[in-house]
Amino acid sequence: MPFLEMVGLSKSFGATKALDSVSLAVEAGEVRGLVGENGSGKSTLMRILAGVIRPDQGAMRLGGSEYAPRSPIDARRQGVAMVHQELSLCNHLSVAENVFLGMEPSRMGVLERNELERRTGKALARLGYPDLSVHTQVGRLPIALRQIVEIARAVAIGCRVVVFDEPTSSLTEEDAERLFQVVRSLRESGHAVVYISHFLDEVREVCDTVTVLRDGKVVPGEAGASDGFSSDPTSSLSNEEIVRRMVGRSVDELYPRSERKPGEVVVEVRSLSGLQKPLEIDLTLRRGEVLGVAGLNGSGRTELLRAVFGLDPVVRGEVRVAGILRAGGPFSSWRMGMGMLSEDRKQEGLALGLTIADNMTLPCLQRFGRWGWISQRAEEATAHSWAESLGIRCRGVGQKVADLSGGNQQKVAIGRLLLHDVDVLLLDEPTRGIDVVSKSQIYQLIDRAALQGKAVLFVSSYLPELLGVCDRIAVMRRGRIARTLPASEWTQEGIIAEATGA
Amino acid sequence: MRRSETWRGVLNTASLLAAWLLIFLVFSLLRPDSFPTARNLETILRQSTIVAMSALAMTYVIISAGIDLSVGSIAACVSVVIAVLLKEGHGPWTAVAGGLACGAAIGLANGLLIARLKVGPFIVTLGTYLIVRGAAKGLGQEQTVDPQRQVWLNDLLGSLAPEERWRIFPNGIWLLIALAVLAAVTLRHTRFGRHVVAIGSNEQAARLCGVNIEATKVWIYTLSGLFAGLSGLMLFSRLRLGDPTAAVGMELEVIAGVVIGGASLSGGEGSVVGSIIGVLIMYTIRSGCAQYGLPNWVQEIVTGAIIVAAVALDRLRVRKTA
Repeated sequence: MPFLEMVGLSKSFGATKALDSVSLAVEAGEVRGLVGENGSGKSTLMRILAGVIRPDQGAMRLGGSEYAPRSPIDARRQGVAMVHQELSLCNHLSVAENVFLGMEPSRMGVLERNELERRTGKALARLGYPDLSVHTQVGRLPIALRQIVEIARAVAIGCRVVVFDEPTSSLTEEDAERLFQVVRSLRESGHAVVYISHFLDEVREVCDTVTVLRDGKVVPGEAGASDGFSSDPTSSLSNEEIVRRMVGRSVDELYPRSERKPGEVVVEVRSLSGLQKPLEIDLTLRRGEVLGVAGLNGSGRTELLRAVFGLDPVVRGEVRVAGILRAGGPFSSWRMGMGMLSEDRKQEGLALGLTIADNMTLPCLQRFGRWGWISQRAEEATAHSWAESLGIRCRGVGQKVADLSGGNQQKVAIGRLLLHDVDVLLLDEPTRGIDVVSKSQIYQLIDRAALQGKAVLFVSSYLPELLGVCDRIAVMRRGRIARTLPASEWTQEGIIAEATGA
Repeated sequence: MRRSETWRGVLNTASLLAAWLLIFLVFSLLRPDSFPTARNLETILRQSTIVAMSALAMTYVIISAGIDLSVGSIAACVSVVIAVLLKEGHGPWTAVAGGLACGAAIGLANGLLIARLKVGPFIVTLGTYLIVRGAAKGLGQEQTVDPQRQVWLNDLLGSLAPEERWRIFPNGIWLLIALAVLAAVTLRHTRFGRHVVAIGSNEQAARLCGVNIEATKVWIYTLSGLFAGLSGLMLFSRLRLGDPTAAVGMELEVIAGVVIGGASLSGGEGSVVGSIIGVLIMYTIRSGCAQYGLPNWVQEIVTGAIIVAAVALDRLRVRKTA
């Protein structure tokens, strides 16, 4: 009998069904890989398991008895612990204090430090880290060791089920290798482990069995189980097969694309490296060309764009626009004819409380007046004509951006770049969270800009649009560009395989 | 090195102490006759005590990434409550109990609003800062309240008579020392203390680990109210009357002392002993400037500069070691 059973779990958020009758059973001493694209329902499933949210339907059993956690603490007390992608540690507390946070051994409120430190030391020794000092402040440990602390937290209080959510996304290869050792030792000691990862080689290395999720459902395996449970031994699956199961959907969106002819090189990036990401980026971008950047979350797509624009610190390398070296931050980028659209429209992209006109003219106010005095009339007239040509639905350019729909907000943000007449558009997830019609309009804007001889760098996590819109696509993996090919030579499967290192 | 964190804490406290001694030395050289005397040192300590009382609990508040702007108003209000109770003929113990209960109750209200209604602590305590100040004025009918009684409360911060010299300090200072030790030990060696640090360091993580965030915050602000009440008691003892307009701006001195003492307004960092030394540094400068004959406005400029310099130095140090 499986140690952990999840049967027929469903969960909806508003109109979207995040999970549709998903079942999963994991034995003690088994490492189960859980894979799927972004938004396939992996994290919803794990949040239910960890007691963060409750399912609309379905039930769970743990060691044969009913398991319905009311909160993460409750889940932990019942023996289910989660090792998060973004570590949930208190940097100012010591290793021992973090491991027992919320469950400190104490007498009348006074900590029993010896007990605390002894039990923490024991847990660390079991994980193969007997030398890690339990007194060290966690904030002073390297990332890899912080992760060990988080795992020790699960082991020290005797959790039998441990969930890893993208544990290696911020680790170096050696550290990842040591983490695999820890996962294997958990299996040896009879823990049930659920291991979520985008990296297929990694899944292959540590997982005994694999379950694939797609669109909130478990993808049926070879056995063709109809009851919703499905997993296959890792060894019986090829990477190609896993990728096929992850993607398996048709593409039916409209991507307008005119006949474009790339002109001369306008952007040159040479061995550009940021603090952590990106690493050693080389790329060139021609006038009239749309270059797509694909990659998994955390692969360094956004960081690449921000480094090119000068928004994040650059450690090494250089960026040239039309042969001129970029020196300085966003201000000089604008002056050199480069504009950027942030992926975070609400926080970073737009000033929501200001009007459409204000937002569109912000980077080039000097055009509308002299000596710091701005002619509002000129400003609004320009904004108005742009709003019309972009098809922004509004009562007037004096309307607050906060009142617009997501798609129209995004058009304002892109309009800002076009109004400023930049030569190079850096777009980060320009279609995130907006409806299909607006998406199509934005694809049109991109196409039109390229026709006019502008260069576009287009970062997206949605592969169909990259394949539909771009001339070339660069795929990133762990901070580096793994491969760049003309869009016509890529397939969705090929991009995923490249991004996951399959 | 094992116990490295303890050493770091000791080092931090030692460098603060060194800074204080340096400041003391400079003024001693400038005014060798009057500044480095036992009497002057005692005066500085007595003046610091009012602010230092509140700084003890404010250290907890700031470590938890919170802020309490109402402590000055609470101190004034409590001094009025004590004076009124004495004037109405109650005994000094009753008056003290009433005053402290009043302070703790206001702190409890702060805590409940912050923890339950999730209103930011800045806003909540900005509100109570005004409300409590107003209430104090109403209670005192916009004047000072003089109980016109000779009670032992008046001597908590007074100079010691020659035959009592063996006590070294007046009782108020001894109380401060005892409470400081208690607060320092609690912060480091109890679950409550560790939870305060955890909340300030990473509230999400603390919640995930089952720390009762609400209860902890309610306790923190209740303690802050209680200790502000103790400041009020010391204030009463010094003025010998209840003054609803006293201690205006005290909350900023308290916060400044805590921050000079190494606490970070973004939470997770701070030490009780550091905060006390921070307050002492401010009052030493003030006393030195006064004895050097510098006018009040120069003192204010110097104090402000010291606050900014202390924090800037600390950040520089952190960046170096990080």
